[in-house]
Amino acid sequence: MEKKKIVTPLTAEIAENLHAGDKVLLSGIIYTGRDAAHKRMIETLQMGNPLPIDFTDQVIYYVGPCPAPPGKVIGSAGPTTSGRVDSYTPALLDKGLKGMIGKGLRDQQVIDSMKENKAVYFTAVGGAAALIAKCIKTMEVVAYPDLGPEAIHKLVVENMPVTVTIDCYGNNLYER
Amino acid sequence: MRKISAKDITSQVEKLCIDANHNLNEDIKDALKKALGEEKSSLGKEILEQILENARIAHEEKMPMCQDTGMAVVFLEIGQDVSIVDGDLYEAINQGVRQGYQKGYLRKSVVDDPFIHRINTGDNTPAIMHTTIVPGERLKIVIAPKGFGSENMSTLKMLKPADGVKGIKDFVIDTVKKAGPNPCPPIVVGVGIGGTMEKAAYLAKKSLIRSLGQHHENDEVAGLEKELLEEINRLNIGPQGLGGNTTALGVHIETFPTHIAGMPVAVNINCHATRHAEAIL
Repeated sequence: MEKKKIVTPLTAEIAENLHAGDKVLLSGIIYTGRDAAHKRMIETLQMGNPLPIDFTDQVIYYVGPCPAPPGKVIGSAGPTTSGRVDSYTPALLDKGLKGMIGKGLRDQQVIDSMKENKAVYFTAVGGAAALIAKCIKTMEVVAYPDLGPEAIHKLVVENMPVTVTIDCYGNNLYER
Repeated sequence: MRKISAKDITSQVEKLCIDANHNLNEDIKDALKKALGEEKSSLGKEILEQILENARIAHEEKMPMCQDTGMAVVFLEIGQDVSIVDGDLYEAINQGVRQGYQKGYLRKSVVDDPFIHRINTGDNTPAIMHTTIVPGERLKIVIAPKGFGSENMSTLKMLKPADGVKGIKDFVIDTVKKAGPNPCPPIVVGVGIGGTMEKAAYLAKKSLIRSLGQHHENDEVAGLEKELLEEINRLNIGPQGLGGNTTALGVHIETFPTHIAGMPVAVNINCHATRHAEAIL
């Protein structure tokens, strides 16, 4: 199957054209975020404060990268298990988040919110972290630097291989 | 008494942490190649190719295969005629972990308490250490960095003796089914049966450092390993849970005598990297 080339920001129009099972090469800006950053963002929202990033049409990659060795932009950077941030996800989708990259199952609440907000869940190959690191061209920490590998990083990726696993219509590749 | 210096232990542990994270073991590589030939799903094949390609890049570029470079699990077999000199054994190991995770550009993934503040310790210590005393005058160190994508999918159940082999099989299969794509299949399944609650968990963990495909010495246990592997690979979870006939690369079982009233079973799942490296001093 031919791979679809997609460049972020991930608009509703792009999302609507992606279907579970599509193989995608993703390019452009994406943001990292995992357990601790999600917890902090949700606490921020609960306190009525703005998020550190405007997530409108943005993509979050669930990853805590390794430190960059000399001469490299980033260390190994494969996806982590998405299910651990399920309880935080609908609130971010309501704030405009359009894409998520991770690995593993999502709960029904996330899927329902994805349908409502026209968002897409991509998976990357868990453990293929050195290979994925090669697709990352720049990296900078943009929020929560005290969280170390769990800080929010802004990445520019080029042709990152991902699979549409749950589309914005709720079709789920894991259930086929 | 043979003397072993704590400094030598530290430098050995440093090396093993890096080696285990950067280099896929040959037994796993062979199993992945074999699986690639037998995998029926085209997406599954593509994923297995990516995993092998990733291992090649990690080795060549001296990078970790996975960003989750794990909590350092250390198995120590200490000869009873060994004397550790110039330092404390456990501190020597932790220092080796500290140095290995620093110099190997490995991720520091340990927090200082499980539920209060969860502040990263910044050096991936403390390690989890399992120590056994054996005859002789050597010290064997096995480092098995354990990622938590797979660790989180592990289970333990106190089965009744009446549950029998069927009970064991159902429990293992159910654990693998529920884990689905989360532990990064193809997985290696470690099963500990018998002993007490904590002994079963220890056995499950320890079984994962066996060479892949090396069956239990008892024929009946080995038979159960083979049956479970076949059944797991019929579940159609497949590479990364996206379907296919390669869900597990191996099932390893370790057993221990147990109480007349019980049959503890622990299932510890490992991802496709199933990292471990060892040295004998």
